[in-house]
Amino acid sequence: MDALLLQILNGLDKGSAYALIALGLTLIFGTLGVVNFAHGALFMIGAFCAVFIQGLLNLSYETVDETQKDFLGNPLKVKTPYVENWFGTETGAAIIDWSVPLAILFAIPVMIAVGVIMERGLIKHFYKRPHADQILVTFGLAIVLQEVIKYFYGANPIPTPAPSSLTGAFDFGVLLGFDPNAIIYPYWRMIYFAFAIGIIGAVFAFLQFTTFGMVVRAGMADRETVSMLGINIDKRFTMMFGIAAAVAGLAGVMYTPINPPNYHMGMDFLVLSFVVVVVGGMGSLPGAVLAGFLLGILESFASTTWATTTIPGINQIIIYVVAIIVLLTRPRGLMGRKGVMEE
Amino acid sequence: MLGLNKNDTTLFVVIIILTILAPFLLNPFPTESTLAQFNAGYPDLMEKFVVFGIFAIGFNILFGLTGYLSFGHAAFLGVGSYSAVWIYKLFTYNVLPALVLAVIVSGIFAILIGFVSLRRSGIYFSILTLAFAQMSFALAYSVLSNPKFNLTNGETGLQIYANDLQLFHRESLPNFPHIFGLSMGSTYKLGVGPWEFQFNVAYYFCAIMMILSFYFAIRLFRSPFGMMLRAIKSNQQRLNYTGLNSRPYMLAAFVISGMYAGLAGGLLAVTDPLAGAERMQWTASGEVVLMTILGGAGTLIGPVLGAGFIKYFENIFSKINDQVLHQWFAFLPDGLEDFLVAIVHPFIGKGWHLTLGILFMLVVIFLPGGLVEGGQRIARTARRLMNRDKAADAANVSAD
Repeated sequence: MDALLLQILNGLDKGSAYALIALGLTLIFGTLGVVNFAHGALFMIGAFCAVFIQGLLNLSYETVDETQKDFLGNPLKVKTPYVENWFGTETGAAIIDWSVPLAILFAIPVMIAVGVIMERGLIKHFYKRPHADQILVTFGLAIVLQEVIKYFYGANPIPTPAPSSLTGAFDFGVLLGFDPNAIIYPYWRMIYFAFAIGIIGAVFAFLQFTTFGMVVRAGMADRETVSMLGINIDKRFTMMFGIAAAVAGLAGVMYTPINPPNYHMGMDFLVLSFVVVVVGGMGSLPGAVLAGFLLGILESFASTTWATTTIPGINQIIIYVVAIIVLLTRPRGLMGRKGVMEE
Repeated sequence: MLGLNKNDTTLFVVIIILTILAPFLLNPFPTESTLAQFNAGYPDLMEKFVVFGIFAIGFNILFGLTGYLSFGHAAFLGVGSYSAVWIYKLFTYNVLPALVLAVIVSGIFAILIGFVSLRRSGIYFSILTLAFAQMSFALAYSVLSNPKFNLTNGETGLQIYANDLQLFHRESLPNFPHIFGLSMGSTYKLGVGPWEFQFNVAYYFCAIMMILSFYFAIRLFRSPFGMMLRAIKSNQQRLNYTGLNSRPYMLAAFVISGMYAGLAGGLLAVTDPLAGAERMQWTASGEVVLMTILGGAGTLIGPVLGAGFIKYFENIFSKINDQVLHQWFAFLPDGLEDFLVAIVHPFIGKGWHLTLGILFMLVVIFLPGGLVEGGQRIARTARRLMNRDKAADAANVSAD
C-alpha cells in the first residue's frame, strides 16, 4: 500500500509537467488549429528565465579584503552581490535564495510576449498552409530557439536550486500511519504539483467564467460565426497563444529545481507531451490534463524495481506502448470529440 | 532508355556522371592551397552524400508523393545498421548479405510500424511515427542492451570484437567490410600536379547503390503506383469515395520508403562497421526531413541535392573558426573586421545547427518547393528577362 502511494506521488510531478505542456499544446491547437512543435522550446525558455533571474540576482562586484588571505597569500577578493548591497546582507541573501519563485514574476510577461510575437510574426502566416508546413516551420523555430539558448548558456545543465527552506522532504508515511521514512516526498515536488493544479484551475476558470473565455470557447467551436458577430476573434486567439506560452514557460520555471535545465530539455518533453495530447484526445483540454497525470503516474509505476525486473526497460517504453494501444482501440483518444481534427 | 522518357534519361545520365566523377568535381582546389578546406572530394564526406542521398530519396517517396510526414524515419536507418553489423558479427564481413538483411529487416519493421501508424493521417501520423521512433531509440539505447539479451550494446554501440563468431570469415579476407575480398577501405590515390584525387571502394559501392535507388525512384514516380500515391496526396477522401482502398498503397509506399532507409543504414555500416542508437534519435529523423524539404519535396533530384547541401555545409561550417574568419576579413579595417567576425561567430563552428535552423525556416516560409523551386524561379526570371530584351530589340529594329 505504501509503495503504491509512493509511486503515485512520484508520478505526480512528472505528470504535472506533462499536463501543463499538453494543456498549452491543446489550447493552441484548439484555438488556432496549429500543431506547435516549438512548444517544448517554450518550456525550455521558461526554465532559462529562472536561470537568467538567478544569474541577474547573483551579479556581484569584487572588493579586496586586506584582512583575509586566500591560499596563495594574496589579499582575498570578496564577491558581494549587488542585491545584498542594496537590501542588506540578510534580505539580499534571501532574495537570491528565492530566485526561482521570483522568476515566475519575470517569466509571465516574457512568455506572453514571446508567445504573442511568435504568433503574430510567424504562425499567423501558416493558418492557410498544410499541417505539414506548420509542423516544419515550428520545428525549425524550435531548433533556432534551442541553439540561441545554447549559444548563451552552453550545453551543460545549469543547477538552479529551490529556496533552501523548501529543499527538505516531507514524510507522508507518518501522517498516514505507515512506518516513518516509508513515503518520503520532497517539498518542492509537492509545490510543483500544487502549482500545476493551480495553473490548470486558473486556465479552466478563465475559460469558463470570464467573458473573454466564453468568446474564446465560442471561437473554438465555430470561428467563422463568432467573427461574423463582429468579434475580433483573431486578437483573442493571439492572446490565447500568449497564455499557452506562459503556461509552458511557468511549467519550465518551476521544473528547474527538479531537473537542472539544459538547452534540449524542451524536446525531450515535447515528444512525450504530444503523445499525451494524442492519448487525451486532440483538442480536449480535460483530456490533456487527465492523460498527462495518468501517463506520469504510469511511467512512475513502470520504473519500480518490480516492473523493471519483470520486463526490463519497461519504464522507457511504457508511454509509447500505451499511446499505441489507445490509438488503436480509441482512435480519438480518451476524451476526444467527434469532428475535431479528423481528415 | 531503360524505360525512361527523354527528360528522365537526361537527368539520370547527369546523376550517373556526377556521382562517378565526384572525386574530381568535388576537389577543385589543390591540396596545399588555403582553399583546400572547401574541398569535399574525400571518401568520408562523399560517402555521406550518397548514403544520405539514398535516405532522402526514400523519405521523399513517402512524403513527396503521399504527403504523409513521417517524423520517425531514422528508426529504419538504425535498424538497417544494426542488422548489417549483426551479419558481420555472426557470419562474414561481405557486405552483400549484410545489405540484404538490412533491407529485409527494416522492411519488416516498416510493415509493423506502418500498419499501426497509417490508421491515422495528418498530424496523428507524424506524432505516431515520432513516438515509434523514440520508442525504438529507447529500446536500442537501454532496453535491448541488458546483459541477458544484448542486441544493441547500448551506449557504446554495436561493434565487431575479436572473439565474434564470424562463421565464414577467412584469414585471406580483409578485416573490414569487403565485397568478395575487395576491402571497402581501400583507396586509390591519384596525384595530378598539386591535386590529389581519392578513389575509394566504399564510395563507389555506395554510389552504385544510389544510382540504382535513384533509377528505381524514377520508375516509381512515373508508374501507375506513383500516380496513385499522388492521388492520395491531392485528396485521399475522394479517392476512398471512388471505392478504392488507399491503405494498401500507403503501406506499400511506407515500406518501400523504410527499406530505402534500411539500405542507407546498411551502407553506413559498410563504410564503418559499427551501429549506434543515436542514429535512431528524433534529431536524425528531423535531419532527413530537412534534407528533403530543403532540396524540394516531391521532386526527383531535390532530396539528393538537399542531402548533399546539408552534409557539405555541415562539414564546411563546422570547420570554420574565428581564425579563418579573421583571415577572410583581413582586408577590412580592424574595427570592421572584428565587428564582422563577432557577427558571424554564432553561426559557424558549433553554431552550425543555428544556421541550419534559420535556413530551414526561411526555406519553409518563402520557398516551400526547396532548392529545386528556387532554381526554377531563377530560370524563369532569366528567361523572361531575355525575352524582354529580345522584344525590346525587335521593337528598336522596327522603330529604326
